[in-house]
Amino acid sequence: MLKDAAIPMTLIHPTRRGLVAATTGLLAAPAIWTRASAQAAAPNPNAPGSAVIDVDRARTDPIPVAIPVFVGNGGDTERLGRDIAGVITNNLARSGLFRPIDPAAFIGKTGDGVAVNFGNWKAIGAQALVTGKIDSQGGDKVRVEFRLWDVLPGLQIQGTAYTTTLSNWRRIAHIISDVIYERMLGEKGYFDTRVVYIAGSGPRDRRVKRLAIMDQDGENNRFLTDGGFLALTPRFHPTRDQIAFMSYVNDKPRVYLFDLANGRQQMLGNFPGITLSPRFAPDGNSVIMAQTTASGSDIYLIGLGGGGARRLTDSGAIDVSPCFSPDGTQIVFNSDRGGDQQLYVMDAGGGGVKRISFGRGRYATPVWSPRGDLIAFTRQSSDTFAIGIMRPDGSGERILSESFFCEAPTWAPNGRVLMFYRETAARDSRGNGYSSRLVSIDIAGFNERAITTPTDASDPAWSPLLQ
Amino acid sequence: MNINILGAFAAVALLAACSSSETAKPTPDAVVNKGPVPGSQEDLVANVGDRIFFDFDKATVKGTGAKTAANMTTLDKQAAWLAQWKQNNVQIAGNADERGTSEYNIALGAKRASASRDYLVAKGVAATRISTISYGKDRPVALGSNEEAWAQNRNAITSVR
Repeated sequence: MLKDAAIPMTLIHPTRRGLVAATTGLLAAPAIWTRASAQAAAPNPNAPGSAVIDVDRARTDPIPVAIPVFVGNGGDTERLGRDIAGVITNNLARSGLFRPIDPAAFIGKTGDGVAVNFGNWKAIGAQALVTGKIDSQGGDKVRVEFRLWDVLPGLQIQGTAYTTTLSNWRRIAHIISDVIYERMLGEKGYFDTRVVYIAGSGPRDRRVKRLAIMDQDGENNRFLTDGGFLALTPRFHPTRDQIAFMSYVNDKPRVYLFDLANGRQQMLGNFPGITLSPRFAPDGNSVIMAQTTASGSDIYLIGLGGGGARRLTDSGAIDVSPCFSPDGTQIVFNSDRGGDQQLYVMDAGGGGVKRISFGRGRYATPVWSPRGDLIAFTRQSSDTFAIGIMRPDGSGERILSESFFCEAPTWAPNGRVLMFYRETAARDSRGNGYSSRLVSIDIAGFNERAITTPTDASDPAWSPLLQ
Repeated sequence: MNINILGAFAAVALLAACSSSETAKPTPDAVVNKGPVPGSQEDLVANVGDRIFFDFDKATVKGTGAKTAANMTTLDKQAAWLAQWKQNNVQIAGNADERGTSEYNIALGAKRASASRDYLVAKGVAATRISTISYGKDRPVALGSNEEAWAQNRNAITSVR
């Protein structure tokens, strides 16, 4: 049986809020790991026992991983063991970088993952093995133990125990998925995240558009507004449980802040024109957005309290959809100042404007990668729309997905995956055939996946990793 | 407007002729006489024209083309109607077709509404009587996905507030 002293394990006792904070501390303390994981902290693909492999190689050659059901200890823990293993399996499979092995192929008893028969896992081609054990702690408290094994050398890469409430089980599964992703690929994952988006329903001429939020895998869907007014283009605060979005409440389209904790909505600033296309600054202290004028729209920076509004552009054209670079020094935005929509980059203060898009067609909705290395965009040609990426200087443009209509890419926090929305054309004059769906794709243009939502969906915005 | 009043009278005469050839039922006056109330939203739609149309990615009201000529005619009639019905305030809603990105389309719709407002103001309508809004591509009037529908959805629509 397992002895905590024999195999280094970290015990954390997460509350609802403290869960991820504790995990972050855990990931930041590699000294507690075994030999294999200490090496993984300084990635070297040739080091013995290291499981770190190249993310781009994994795309063509996904890592075979075995994820047996976490072993329960009676009552709810049995079901929880199946559910947690299932969520981890789905996460890793959907990433396209792992290939979970069909449990039907497993040989012998999987046990509680302490005394592992590595031969049985080698025989079915598993490179990594994920085992877990769940104990009830009384009341609704459970302790979830998780271990990640490098099958070939037969080494434990990671062992962690989480104590949490039953209702928190999905987050535990996502956090474990992120740990596996990071230990195996050497980069942070994106599974313990949420997506805020716009849920659309009803005929398009009277479309109801509600603010909605869900886990990145489509679970835990929740509508945040009642549909009494149009809601558009939500975006996450970099650290707080807050969303900036555009609301048509009282027939006055303006940017609002929405607090997830209490549902409170507050108009941002007091502008005579329509305010739109908000995004938080990387420091989380201000929002950058556009305000319409008689001749187009200008870009403004405004404090979260509504004070200190500062106009950054005044081109007499439509300047819209601004987005900061992650270091806060530059802003990419969309403008038709040159005749049609193109992408421009300027200093955070509004100076040094430079056009960066020069391909064929119109360019829109630029979003800077959290890693800073790429800008995602929508490109509009004569009869198709496309999602693409380019470097911040405009070089290296690559189209990832093209269709009748798609737009509004948003980055997973690790900068490896984009989500956007795609619409299908109406096939008749009553609008039949129209649909709007969320889609994710990796930045190599592979592994395109639909995200299931209860209604039509648009305007996705990926959250940072939860805290 | 005169034409419409004549039309209403003609309808009455016709109905009267019909009903006299059948059994003598009372003529439903209330229905027969119902036309748009002068100065109402319905009057604006039926007898003036409540909307103007734009080319793709354009917000031009004035010009020499057929579309801009029709736009100016409609806006001239709106200005005259607003001069006649001074108690009416209006909202102009700018709209865009689905062949554009959402945020840009909101700004484009706002520009279309502003251009219409500026034209009316230049024709003597007090700016305080006109509010503007943009719905981008979120309130299309035509639901198809073809050029005919898109042309209808690139508009600025005036309504009584």
